[in-house]
Amino acid sequence: MNAEAASTELSEVTGAAARRALAESGPAPVAIVVAYGFWIFLLSDIIMFSALFASYAVLSGQTAGGPAGRDLFNLHHVGVETVCLLFSSYTCGLGLLAVERRRLDGFYLSFALTFVLGATFLGLEISEFTSLVARGAGPSRSAFLSAFFSLVGLHGVHVCIGLIWLLFTVAQVAARGPRDFVRRRLLCFSLFWHALDIIWVGLLTLVYLMGAS
Amino acid sequence: MLGKLTWSAIPLGQPIPMAASLFITIGVFAVLGLVTWKGWWPYVWREWLTSVDHKRIGVMYVLLALVLLLRGFIDAIMMRSQLAIAAGGAQGYLPPEHYDQIFSAHGTIMIFFMAMPFMVGLMNFVVPLQLGVRDVAFPALNAISFWLTASGALLVNLSLVVGEFARTGWLAYPPLSELQFSPGVGVDYYLWALQIAGIGTLLAGINMVTTILKMRAPGMSYMRMPVFCWTALASNLLIVAAFPILTATFGMLLLDRYAGMHFFTNDGGGNAMLYFNLIWAWGHPEVYILILPAFGIFSEVIATFSGKALFGYRSMVLATMAICLLSFMVWLHHFFTMGAGADVNAFFGIMSMIIAVPTGVKVFNWLFTLYQGRIRFEVPLLWTIGFMVTFTIGGLSGVLMAVPPADFVLHNSLFLVAHFHNVIIGGVFFGGMAGYNYWFPKAFGFTLDKRLGIVSFWCWFVGFYLAFMPLYVLGLLGMTRRMQHYADLSWQPYMIVAEIGALVILCGIVATIAQLIVSIRQRERHRDRGGDPWNGRTLEWSTASPPPAYNFAVLPEVASLDAFWIMKLRGNRMPVEHFESIRMPKNSANGFVTAFFAVVMGFALIWHIWWMAIFGLVSAAITLVVFGWLERGENEVSGEELAMSERARLRPVDAT
Repeated sequence: MNAEAASTELSEVTGAAARRALAESGPAPVAIVVAYGFWIFLLSDIIMFSALFASYAVLSGQTAGGPAGRDLFNLHHVGVETVCLLFSSYTCGLGLLAVERRRLDGFYLSFALTFVLGATFLGLEISEFTSLVARGAGPSRSAFLSAFFSLVGLHGVHVCIGLIWLLFTVAQVAARGPRDFVRRRLLCFSLFWHALDIIWVGLLTLVYLMGAS
Repeated sequence: MLGKLTWSAIPLGQPIPMAASLFITIGVFAVLGLVTWKGWWPYVWREWLTSVDHKRIGVMYVLLALVLLLRGFIDAIMMRSQLAIAAGGAQGYLPPEHYDQIFSAHGTIMIFFMAMPFMVGLMNFVVPLQLGVRDVAFPALNAISFWLTASGALLVNLSLVVGEFARTGWLAYPPLSELQFSPGVGVDYYLWALQIAGIGTLLAGINMVTTILKMRAPGMSYMRMPVFCWTALASNLLIVAAFPILTATFGMLLLDRYAGMHFFTNDGGGNAMLYFNLIWAWGHPEVYILILPAFGIFSEVIATFSGKALFGYRSMVLATMAICLLSFMVWLHHFFTMGAGADVNAFFGIMSMIIAVPTGVKVFNWLFTLYQGRIRFEVPLLWTIGFMVTFTIGGLSGVLMAVPPADFVLHNSLFLVAHFHNVIIGGVFFGGMAGYNYWFPKAFGFTLDKRLGIVSFWCWFVGFYLAFMPLYVLGLLGMTRRMQHYADLSWQPYMIVAEIGALVILCGIVATIAQLIVSIRQRERHRDRGGDPWNGRTLEWSTASPPPAYNFAVLPEVASLDAFWIMKLRGNRMPVEHFESIRMPKNSANGFVTAFFAVVMGFALIWHIWWMAIFGLVSAAITLVVFGWLERGENEVSGEELAMSERARLRPVDAT
C-alpha cells in the first residue's frame, strides 16, 4: 500500500522518524490512515442521524389526532432490544481481542454470538414495527410517526448492513486468515458496530424513555 | 413492468425540449462514435475510466464541470432571452412549466455539477501534490466518489430526454415539492440525482480530510502547509459536516413522496419550515465549501505572481478556520421572513455580519501581498484581480441583506439573485478559472494560450457586470425572482442589458474553448519542460509536468513554508540515483461499475420500476463486495526506472 511504502521509505531515508514531532513525521502508516478515515465517516454518519434526531424533536408532538409515544411504546420490549444490542458490542470486542491473539475459534464464537444478538435486535424491532402498523399507527399516520419510523428505522437499516458486513468479515478471516488488511477491516467493522450502540443510547433516551413518560 | 415510464415521457410534442434532447443525444453519440471509430476505448478504459490516480480523477472532475457549465449556461441564456422579450402582455417563447424547469435545472447544475466538481477536481489534483505525497488516502474510494458525482450529472441530463425536471427551484422547497403539488417525475429526478452525487461528495470529503490530516510529506507540519491545503481542509471538513444533513433532508422528502409520510406536508402534522432549516443548515456551509478552495487558489496565485510570500499566512489560516466554524451559525439569514422573531433574526443577522470580518482579513492580505510585489499579469492573476473587485461588491450586498429589516424588502427579489451570482461567479467561478489556467500546465505539460485567456477573462468580467448589475436595480425596483413574464414595461431595458451581458459571457465561453483548442494544437510551443512554468513556490512545481503516476520519486523534505521556493533559493539538487522502489495501487473498475448500477437504480426509482431498482441496488452492493473481497493489486516502480525518468526530467533544467 502507498502509505506503508512511503512510511518505510521515510524511516530509511531519514532514520529519524521517531524523533520528529508527530505532525512532521511524514505520511502515517496505512493502519492509522484507514482507522482515521473510518472515524471521519462515522462522524458524518452521526451527523446524518442528528438531522433525524432534530426532526424527531420538532415533530414528536405532531400526532395529528393519532396515538402519541406513551400510547405505543412498550419499554419491556425496548429493554430486551437494548440488552441484545449492548451485549453484542461486548461480544464483538471479545472477537477482536481473540483475533489479535490469533485464537480463531474464539473469534468465530464471539462473532456468531454478535450476529445472533444483532439479528435478535433486528427481529424485535421488526416485530415492533409490524405491530404498530397493524394497530393503525404506521409511518403515514402522522408526522410524529413518520419521524419515529424513519429515525428508528434508519438505525435498523444500519444494524442490517452491519450484519451483512459481519458475515463478510467472518468469511474473509476464514478465507484469508487474520492478515493485516483483514484485521484493519475488522477494526472498522467493530468501530461501526460500537457507533450503532452510541446512537441507540440516544434513541432509547430521546425517543423511548422521554416519549413513554 | 416499466412503472410510470411510457412513450409519453419523450417530449415529442414540444419543439424546444425535443430539440434540446436531440442535441444532447446526438452530442453523446457523436463522442461515443468518435472514440469507437478511432479505437480509443482501450486507452480510455485503462487510463481514465478505471484510473485511481488522483490527478486523472481531478482532471475528470474539472472536465465534468466545464461540460456542465455549457449545459447550465444554455439554460441561463434561454432565461435571459425569455425575460428580454416577455414584458407587458408578451409571453415570450417559454411556457411557464418549461421556464420553471429551466431555472431549477440551471441552479441545480451550476451548484452541484459545475461549481462543486470544479472545486473538488482542483483540490483532488493539487492537494496531494502540494502535500508532497503520492496519492490521496483512499485512491479506489476517490474513483467511486467521482463516478457517483458523474452519475448524478447523467441523471439530471437524462431528465431532458426522458420525462421532465423539477419545477421547484434549485432547493425544491416543500410543500411545492411534495407529491400533492408536484406529482410528476421532475422532483424525483432532482432528489435521486442529488442523493447519488451527494454520497460521492461526502466520500470525497472524508478522503480529502484524511489525506490532509494524515498524509503529508516529512517535515510538513500544519503551519507549513500551503494555504490552498488549509482552505481545502476547511472546505472538506464542511463537506463531512454538512452533506449528511443534505442526505437526511432529501431522504425525508423522498419518504414523504414515496411512502406517504408527513415530514414536510401541509397535513398530518408536517412542518415545511423544518425543511427550510435543514436544507440551509447544509446550504450555507455549502457556499463556503465552494468559496474556501477558491480563496486558496487566489492566495497561491497572488503569492506566485507577486514573487512574494503570502502576506499574513497565519491570519489567513485563522480566517479560513473562523469562516469554517462560523458558516454553521448563519443559516437562518436565508429566511428571515419565516417569522422566527426579532431576537432570533438579530442573532443570525449579527453572525452573518461577523463572518464578513475574516473574509475582509483575507482581502487585505491579498492586497498587501500584491503591494510592492514583482507583479506579472498572467491570466490566473487577471482572474484573481477581477475576483477581488467583484467579490467585494458581492460581499457588501450580502452584508446589506444580513440586516433583517433590509432583507424583508429584498427577500426573493432579483437583488438576491444578483448578490449570489456576484459571489458565486465573481468568487467561485473566477477562482475555478484562475486555478484552471494556473495548474493546467502541471496537469498536461503545456501552458494555455495567454492571448485567448485574456480575451476570455475580459468577456467574462465585462459580461458579468452587464448581466447582473441591472438585476440589483430590478430587485430594488421590486421585481421578484423566478418570473416567467412581467407587466411593468419599465423593467424591460434592464432585462435587455442583462441579455447583452449574457451574450458577452457567451463570447467568454467561446474564447475559453478556443483557448483550449489552440493551446492543444500549439502545445509544442507552450511546452513546460522544467515543471515550473510560473516560478512557483509550492511543492507541486517541484515535480515534472505532467507528474509521473507516483508524483515524487522521493518524498520531499519540508523545512519551511513555501517549501519549493526555499529549495530553489538554497539551490537544492534533486537526487538522480539510489531510489527506493515504489508501490502504487493498480487500476480498479470498482468506481465505474458501482456508479453504473447506481444510475440504473436511480433511474428505476424515479420511474417506479421496482424490480429494476432492486436489481440496481443489489448489483451495486455485489460490486462493492466483490471488489472488497479481491486483494487490491499494486504496481511496483523499481529504483532503476525512477532513476532513469528522473535523470531524463532534470536534464533540460540542468542545461539552462
